[in-house]
Amino acid sequence: MNVEFTLNGRKVSAAIEADDSLFTVLRGLGMYSVKCGCETTNCGLCTVHMDGKAVLSCSVPAARCAGHAITTLEGLQEEARRLGECLAGEGAEQCGFCAPGMMMNVFALAKENPRATEAEIDAYLAGNLCRCSGYVSQRRAVKKYLDMVAGEVGA
Amino acid sequence: MSEAKKSRVIGGIGKPVPKKDAPALLTGKPVYVADIAPKDCLCVKLLHSPHAHAIIEEIDVSRAEKLPGVACVITYKDVPDERFTQAGQTYPEFSPYDRLILDRHLRCVGDPVAIVAAETERQALAAMKLIKVKYQVLPAILDAKEAMDNPTLIHPEENWRALVPSCGADNRRNLVAAGEDAEGDIEAELAACDIVIDQEYSSQANQQCMMETFRAFTRMDYYGRLEVVSSTQVPFHVRRIIANALNVPKSRVRVVKPRIGGGFGAKQTAVCEQYPAIVTMKTGRPAMIIYTREESMTLSSPRHAMTMHVRLGAMKDGTIRAIDLHTLSNTGAYGEHGPTTVGLSGHKSIPLYTHHMKAFRFAWHTVYTNTMSAGAYRGYGATQGLFAVESAVNELAHALHMDPAKLRERNIVREGEVMPAYYGETAQSCTIDRCIAHAKEMIGWEEKYPSRTMDNGHVRAVGMALAMQGSGISHVDTGAVMIRLGDEGIYNMSIGATDMGTGCDTILAQIAAQSLECSVDNITVHGVDTDTSPYDCGSYASSTTYVTGMAVVKTCEEIRKKIIRVGAKLLDCREDEVLFEGDRVVKVDESAFVTLSQIAEKHMMCGVEDISACVSSGSEVSPPPFMCGCAEIDLDPLTGEVKLVDYVGVVDCGTVINPNLAKRQTEGGLLQGIGMALYERPTIDHLGRTVSNSFLQYKIPARIDAPSIRVEFEPSYEPTGPFGAKSIGEIVINTPSPAIADAVYNASGVRVRHLPITSEKILLGERE
Amino acid sequence: MAKYRSYVLASTLEEAYALNQKKSSVIVAGNMWLRMCGLNKQTAIDLSALHLDEIEETENTFVVGSMTTLRQLETHPGLHAAFGGVFAKALAPIVGTQFRNGATVGGSVYSRFGFSDVSALLLALDAEVVLYKRGAVKLADYQQEAWDRDIITHIRIPKGQTADVQSVRVSGTDIPTLVCAAAKSERGVRIVLGARPARAVIVADGLAPDAPAYVYEEIAEKTAFGTNLRASEAYRRKIAPVLMARAVKGCQEVTQDER
Repeated sequence: MNVEFTLNGRKVSAAIEADDSLFTVLRGLGMYSVKCGCETTNCGLCTVHMDGKAVLSCSVPAARCAGHAITTLEGLQEEARRLGECLAGEGAEQCGFCAPGMMMNVFALAKENPRATEAEIDAYLAGNLCRCSGYVSQRRAVKKYLDMVAGEVGA
Repeated sequence: MSEAKKSRVIGGIGKPVPKKDAPALLTGKPVYVADIAPKDCLCVKLLHSPHAHAIIEEIDVSRAEKLPGVACVITYKDVPDERFTQAGQTYPEFSPYDRLILDRHLRCVGDPVAIVAAETERQALAAMKLIKVKYQVLPAILDAKEAMDNPTLIHPEENWRALVPSCGADNRRNLVAAGEDAEGDIEAELAACDIVIDQEYSSQANQQCMMETFRAFTRMDYYGRLEVVSSTQVPFHVRRIIANALNVPKSRVRVVKPRIGGGFGAKQTAVCEQYPAIVTMKTGRPAMIIYTREESMTLSSPRHAMTMHVRLGAMKDGTIRAIDLHTLSNTGAYGEHGPTTVGLSGHKSIPLYTHHMKAFRFAWHTVYTNTMSAGAYRGYGATQGLFAVESAVNELAHALHMDPAKLRERNIVREGEVMPAYYGETAQSCTIDRCIAHAKEMIGWEEKYPSRTMDNGHVRAVGMALAMQGSGISHVDTGAVMIRLGDEGIYNMSIGATDMGTGCDTILAQIAAQSLECSVDNITVHGVDTDTSPYDCGSYASSTTYVTGMAVVKTCEEIRKKIIRVGAKLLDCREDEVLFEGDRVVKVDESAFVTLSQIAEKHMMCGVEDISACVSSGSEVSPPPFMCGCAEIDLDPLTGEVKLVDYVGVVDCGTVINPNLAKRQTEGGLLQGIGMALYERPTIDHLGRTVSNSFLQYKIPARIDAPSIRVEFEPSYEPTGPFGAKSIGEIVINTPSPAIADAVYNASGVRVRHLPITSEKILLGERE
Repeated sequence: MAKYRSYVLASTLEEAYALNQKKSSVIVAGNMWLRMCGLNKQTAIDLSALHLDEIEETENTFVVGSMTTLRQLETHPGLHAAFGGVFAKALAPIVGTQFRNGATVGGSVYSRFGFSDVSALLLALDAEVVLYKRGAVKLADYQQEAWDRDIITHIRIPKGQTADVQSVRVSGTDIPTLVCAAAKSERGVRIVLGARPARAVIVADGLAPDAPAYVYEEIAEKTAFGTNLRASEAYRRKIAPVLMARAVKGCQEVTQDER
């Protein structure tokens, strides 16, 4: 079967199997920022946005995406650069394999609650595992980025 | 160093330089193995043994082979009968040659029975279901204590080989290693002590859980050589391992390492590379294997589970006189890293208490069992040994009614002391005393030790542990670095060391920038391709900053000499009449100079002189970094639940090259240690099947589990290290288990000697 | 991985129901757990176009569409006001926000997972399951039944109660080792224990809110617990009275604070 959806602002069409996941389809379309770290919905590496909400692309049936808007880090390069600078400034990225999924969830948080406290950041990002960093530097970097976003949104 | 000279270095030693690959990683660029694989790679899948111990009586792959899209199905009948080891170690490896790519004899649940390669994953999985296997099930040994001299032999095969027989390996006894190291009369000293702590401790087969699972792709290049692109820490060892496995000359194998999604030691073993390699050899087609998380949790290279018996002897005043440690290590079905990890359990725990030590004995056995083969995991045996010895020291403090910090201060090794239990090496750089003092201050030890009850009935308590590790393997580890001067005076640095997220590409560039008096941005880093990179044993054993870093320093010295030679020639004077100033070579009297850019132009013209150098480095010693860790926990006495409130770590890693990256290493390692202590429960069932086979059943810490981890440094200066640096990568995982175990004791009175520390053990007591 | 050969985005409930009468069909809700089980089916039926993802507040109840996500329940202002934040408290530990953006309340209730925090809470709140053909059924009854081929369209949660949840977990985002939900209404207190590790059960109903401690001990003695990777039967039995007492106390603190 075929599925048509909007990927990073562009209409795309992909040939899929009925039981393909969105993850499989996105990798097939060259969205290599999207990673897989588990098969049990626990790691958060495959996080993308579906109609602006952070979802686990491994668990979204590709067929369900028909007519919906999907965004990956490839479509948010300018924001990635800004958040990336905050992370790199702390040395918080280490191996980097978990970074795209975590960053996508940070963008979702920035929309929902740019004034999140550190505890709220931890709670919101709890489903994004990282084995390298110990998280504390990521927490600081995300806070710095959110402060920047909150400043732009205005008081 | 003059002020003017200093200013030319940008991003040198001590600077928190962002990692060179950060922009690519943080915009999601395709830089990892699976991102750069050819589109037409065959998908490689493994059929795994359902039995812990069995012989394949019959295997029929005829139906699977006929399925559309299937390129090949490989069984034990199709692989070379030459045994090899997957362990990434310098030749001759201590790990026995006990594997075939596929064996008729299956030694653990998950052991590969067949390799299937097909055009798509769906086809490969469908084909796997059509393979018919008849097994003869054998009795399995699942408990390490029952392994030695068991009538069931796990490796009875005639062509089993130990390359280093002195490690005590004997396949007729299920033994991979046995030995003893001692000094003084241990029994007499223990008998003379006022008090002896005599206890058994154990630690588990924890998983590294790097976010990128094991994976590699292979293809034939245009010279008919096998190219292996792998997520590995040890490209040069993988070259040998694959050549051994396939029984082909090493010259026919090339290994490339792109960016890696974490390793922590897991990828110091060639867990998966041989499977696509043999598919490519048989079919001529590119092939890729990507381990599922389940495979990565069930057929990989976890920590060696160890049982440690400690006898710790001391006098009433708290002087520690004798330590006797016996370690029984479980290497699982194969011997990867079995003979070496066990050694660290004693050699990197006992020496901490050198100061008043009169005698020590460290004896060990490593045994085969029918469980997943263990491997290298950050800490590499030291983690296990330190849990035992540091727990015993904490128990001693309680028995003597002494503050465990004070007990340690009395007994710790001092700078300049010879450590008999550490191969007789001298602690040339050591600030462990300052680490303890600093950590106590950070956690508020004096106010908080041992515990206090909160208004909600919870108990808050603190606990402490020390750690040491090595910096590379003395007399063995080797790193070479090649630097070339390029256009406009940039430097191209080639390394064989493997950045696996640790940031070593950046750290080595910082060392080069400091040595060549330039900006870190002027150093490009390339690695690793075994055809073009200089030799490096790889990134493990906490070696890269210390061993390869020293190679950078030495290579830069050569480059400076060559630049001076060419500069002097261009200035038409003698070499001793000029100075190298980073961006130029100037006459001592400052009457004339030539810029580095001009020198670069000249050396690329008409064969003036090639300005490049490649120098190798190794070390006669392995200077230990030291560390003190303190945990503060909150315990709910009615449920036994433990929450970590705060963890502080203070590290002596010599000179800190990059404070940001060193802190991230420490924070990350501490959290892995915290996971090992509290959350991670590697578990097999009565049939030897790994039950903790996913991130659902094996819980690594999430960010809400560790709200506070604080790290500081107490730098020493290591004379044998680059700019005084020692290692940091591994030591950082060692303190949490013993520190948290003591905090739990201080909160509840329950002593947990067998990891992990669970709320159930705290509430109901520990059961054997 | 779950496998299916065709995928139907149902345009009416009748269509979904008709398709679902075949044993070879399966309803895809959040697809969080379904994808992990080794199901091999002909047809997957997607309910996501049927507007079942809304929460409606009436005078006496909340009517929650079966495709409502756990994250919607967690963040709904009406539910928050009516139940003093207990939904946020119960749901926040579940994996992560992305997971809760996908997982649905209908999926949780239909699957009757023993470890389900949300099922334990809904059971304590005496929720009703509205099925397309059968109509409304008490969750307490539905929970005991075998999986059938009807379709959950809504969950009804009666108002006028206060509730609390207490759980013990190995780590912050783990499934519970034991979860206890308690709700207090004019009929008294109802206590539910989940992750025993079997299906959640009502262990007390109409209990006095000021029951003495031994009552919880007695309940724990009578309740069936089991052993799994996370804890033993003995540990669960030992902490059950603690969680029950805390949850019952929690219901009353909400009463005082919020009302």
